[in-house]
Amino acid sequence: MSDFQIKKSPTVYDAIVVGSGAGGGMAAYVLANAGQKVLMLEAGQYFDPRLDSHQLKWPWESPRRGAGTTRPFGDFDASYGGWELEGEPYTQKNKTEFEWFRSRMLGGRTNHWGRISLRMGPEDFKPTDGLTDDWPITYDDVKPFYDKVDRMIGIYGTVEGIASEPDGIFMKPPKPRLNELFIKKGAEKAGVRVITGRGAVMTESIKGNNDRAPCFYCGQCGRSCKVYGDFSASSCLVIPAVKTGNLTVITDAMVREVITDKDGTAKGVSYVNRKDLQEYQVNGKLVILGASACESARILLNSKSSAHPGGLANSSGVVGKYLHDSTGAGVSGFLPQLMDRKRYNEDGLGSVHIYSPWWLDNKKLNFPRGYHIEYGGGMGMPSYGFGGGVPKINGMVPDRNGNKKEAGGYGKSLKDDYRRFYGTGVSMAGRGTAIAREDNYCEIDPNMVDKYGIPVLRFNYKWAKEEILQAKHMQETFLSIMKEMGAVVTSEIHGPDTNYGLLNPGKIIHEVGTIRMGDDPKKSALNKYCQAHDCKNLFVVDAGPFVQQGDKNATWTILALSMRTAEYILAQKKKQNI
Amino acid sequence: MNRRDSIKALGLTALSTSVLVEACKQPETKTEVAATEETAKEAGKEQWEVDRDKKLKAETFFTKHEMATITVLADIIIPKDAVSGSASDAKVPEFIEFIVKDIPEHKVPMRGGLKWLDIYCFNKFEKPFVEASEREQLSIVDEIAYPNKARPEMQAGVAFFNKMRDLTASGFYTSEIGVKDIGYAGNAPNQWAGVPDDVLKQYGMQNVKI
Repeated sequence: MSDFQIKKSPTVYDAIVVGSGAGGGMAAYVLANAGQKVLMLEAGQYFDPRLDSHQLKWPWESPRRGAGTTRPFGDFDASYGGWELEGEPYTQKNKTEFEWFRSRMLGGRTNHWGRISLRMGPEDFKPTDGLTDDWPITYDDVKPFYDKVDRMIGIYGTVEGIASEPDGIFMKPPKPRLNELFIKKGAEKAGVRVITGRGAVMTESIKGNNDRAPCFYCGQCGRSCKVYGDFSASSCLVIPAVKTGNLTVITDAMVREVITDKDGTAKGVSYVNRKDLQEYQVNGKLVILGASACESARILLNSKSSAHPGGLANSSGVVGKYLHDSTGAGVSGFLPQLMDRKRYNEDGLGSVHIYSPWWLDNKKLNFPRGYHIEYGGGMGMPSYGFGGGVPKINGMVPDRNGNKKEAGGYGKSLKDDYRRFYGTGVSMAGRGTAIAREDNYCEIDPNMVDKYGIPVLRFNYKWAKEEILQAKHMQETFLSIMKEMGAVVTSEIHGPDTNYGLLNPGKIIHEVGTIRMGDDPKKSALNKYCQAHDCKNLFVVDAGPFVQQGDKNATWTILALSMRTAEYILAQKKKQNI
Repeated sequence: MNRRDSIKALGLTALSTSVLVEACKQPETKTEVAATEETAKEAGKEQWEVDRDKKLKAETFFTKHEMATITVLADIIIPKDAVSGSASDAKVPEFIEFIVKDIPEHKVPMRGGLKWLDIYCFNKFEKPFVEASEREQLSIVDEIAYPNKARPEMQAGVAFFNKMRDLTASGFYTSEIGVKDIGYAGNAPNQWAGVPDDVLKQYGMQNVKI
């Protein structure tokens, strides 16, 4: 007896949204609040920060003391997923080392992200470097949506008036920590501007929003927030949208493909339920993909039909191409001046208190575009790996009696060293613009399927000299800031053989660009409203539509563009165009 | 045979399970047995994580002799002092037993390192490390605790001691005793008002503004 069947639901939703992260969450929120009947499919399981966050747990409450054995960012981190998922492989070609991070949960990767929320600037949308491509939209097109996202979700920061770093509507920022004051002084001596950070953490209450409470400064945004004090798509978008009564969420729904009619119009989505492994098909008047840049590209490329032989929305052949992650490199060390420092609670908030926006003129440099700098350090909660550097650095500075000490040791004197060095650490990391290139791409690997039988992605990605020279510049800058601060560098200094410390693509988890928007249907998959050129009732609301990412983290732009697309959908529906 | 096995044995698919369970509801006692056999869902955890932890905790890796040696070494590395207790007071050996199962790359270097230590001690003092006197034990530790001045032939011992020292620090400072010792003052709701005035003054940072 065969029990194989595809379970088809008779309901036709106004829209089906695939993915519950920043993009999918925002689109579903806007549509559900406008009275549209929306169905959301999420590949992972249900997650509500109020119930599921590990916030305020102590290290001893984890048997591995917070080690990253089962989750890349540690046992308490709010991500069900990682760079490797059991049964969901991806492959590489031409010695590519792309690393693809996926979170399988309601809210996706927004449950654990760094909350650093930067707007792209006018020149990020219309570059002047002669190398990177124009967006079909300008900063002014997106600005009203950035403003609305600021008001709706909450962001702290300071008004600085920097053209390339547009100001938002800010809540009060956190005060700097002690090491951050050292950084400010040192960076200024090195010629690097340092300003107050900008992050999606509510430092004040939002009028009329009684579901969320302001930040109480535990510094643990990465674990997600039980009082919804920071932005996660789960807590701020999807769960509130469900409360309207207009949004239905199906979790553990791994989408196989978008189903189209004979005329090529999208009519629904097929998925496999991860729990019972049964096949389902649901119908909607619109399909909105927000599964993540690479996952949405994968769905489109797997949605082949006679009307869309090269995959859905792909008559241009660009789907999967122009994949780019931010560049990343870092340096770390310690501040001997801070040894034996006074103890107090300096958890602060869990996003950045300070950062350095890009500050140089490329005309004088040998690479295009630039990077911003994020800083770390301080008296954090101990976790697995604590004190690992102490038996090395205790040989670098004089002991209590002013004598040079032999590195290493044990016993009471080592125990004293652990105390002396606690809270002296300092680190900095660059996040820069990588060039969107046609020959950096993901495609369907014809030879492999995942455990659900869905063909998997294969990556082809190489850093070019622009990114490598940028990483070289990052490292030189960081070393000079460390020197000006009087810090001792303990991390490895990289040379050309290791690309000056440039991390593998995918490591920064800012991958974008695989379903690019554009005015020309021959060179882009989507129009400037993220609507498919080839399929009018198909939209993409994750980072797939990005033409060229600036050095700014992608989330705030995903939210603004998704809101813009959702409002466009409502306007087009009113005009009965879709 | 638990419920899952019996279903498998009956040749039923997962789809039919709920129907079967509904149809065959048995008196209270039987469902209780089934419930205890299945690990309960934990908030904020995936089921495979819960199952994996349970499995690791049920396994034993180190022998009694190895655990005794680990305990002696951990307390040499972090002894009791005026501020706090020792590594074994903070249950560091139990943490090390868990972490080598959790991160299996530690297994061979730890087991082999402990063996190296015993052989070295036996050749020198004709007894295993735990049976050596404190003076004898420390004389060996002195040969492997300072990577830059250790003799080249001691490298295996140095590598082992580095790992042992790091695992001991990890276990100790993530325990309740260790967190208190190091003076971490956070993990509680508060209002962050910036660096205290006396600290700003101490470092001459009163006038630094972001």
